[in-house]
Amino acid sequence: MARSNKPLVWSLFAAGGTVAAFVLPALVLITLMAGYGQVPASLSYEDMRTFAGGWLGKLVVFGVITLCLWHAAHRLRTALHGLGLRADGAVAVVGYGIAAAGTFLSVYYLLRI
Amino acid sequence: MIEKSLPKPFVREVARTTWYLTRRRDRMHMAQELSSIFIGGYALLLLWGVKALAAGPEAYQAFLTSLGSPLSLGLHWLVLAVTLFHTVSWFGVTPKAMPVQIGEAFLPGGIIVGGHYVVWIALSLFILFVAGVFNGG
Repeated sequence: MARSNKPLVWSLFAAGGTVAAFVLPALVLITLMAGYGQVPASLSYEDMRTFAGGWLGKLVVFGVITLCLWHAAHRLRTALHGLGLRADGAVAVVGYGIAAAGTFLSVYYLLRI
Repeated sequence: MIEKSLPKPFVREVARTTWYLTRRRDRMHMAQELSSIFIGGYALLLLWGVKALAAGPEAYQAFLTSLGSPLSLGLHWLVLAVTLFHTVSWFGVTPKAMPVQIGEAFLPGGIIVGGHYVVWIALSLFILFVAGVFNGG
């Protein structure tokens, strides 16, 4: 497992990996069904607005999206180092930058629901 | 100087870009690392869905429709496989990542891993139930 000197980023990596392990297969299955036209009932616009309209729903959506983004950004950084790319500074700026932008945008969109 | 009296150190050559291909555990490690591309990509898809949900019914319907494109369906099958791989490999290291000590003894790793699978299956069924997957289409 990747080790980092930066406890905050490593905590986000570990939390994101755990959240991804527990919920992503089920979520992927749901959007896969929707892709085949079998849209589950609660994915309707009204139901999703109700879900994401409440604070618990916002917190769940925010947590899943942002933790997965930070998990990916950190792990991709160690992966690219492992693949032989020696540009850690640039990789960190781009990866964490995308994760930070995603975090900001998820707050922005969720507050508009 | 002491260094001068020592024999020449053995330096093992490691191929910087292909070292992980040789051993199985290194290949698995790199596969786990690269699974993060798909996890990050799927998180961006969810973010796009939230954006559409905030924009209104038409945008949200367009998002749902776009899930049915051949590219989306193909990537979804790939992401489903990768996330399952991530779940299995992530749970597999939990006894080392968070060992549970009871008195002098440690809880057997199999129980920790098994506990994760039980919670995972229950939570997945709960998510699918809440989403309305079992409401008979």
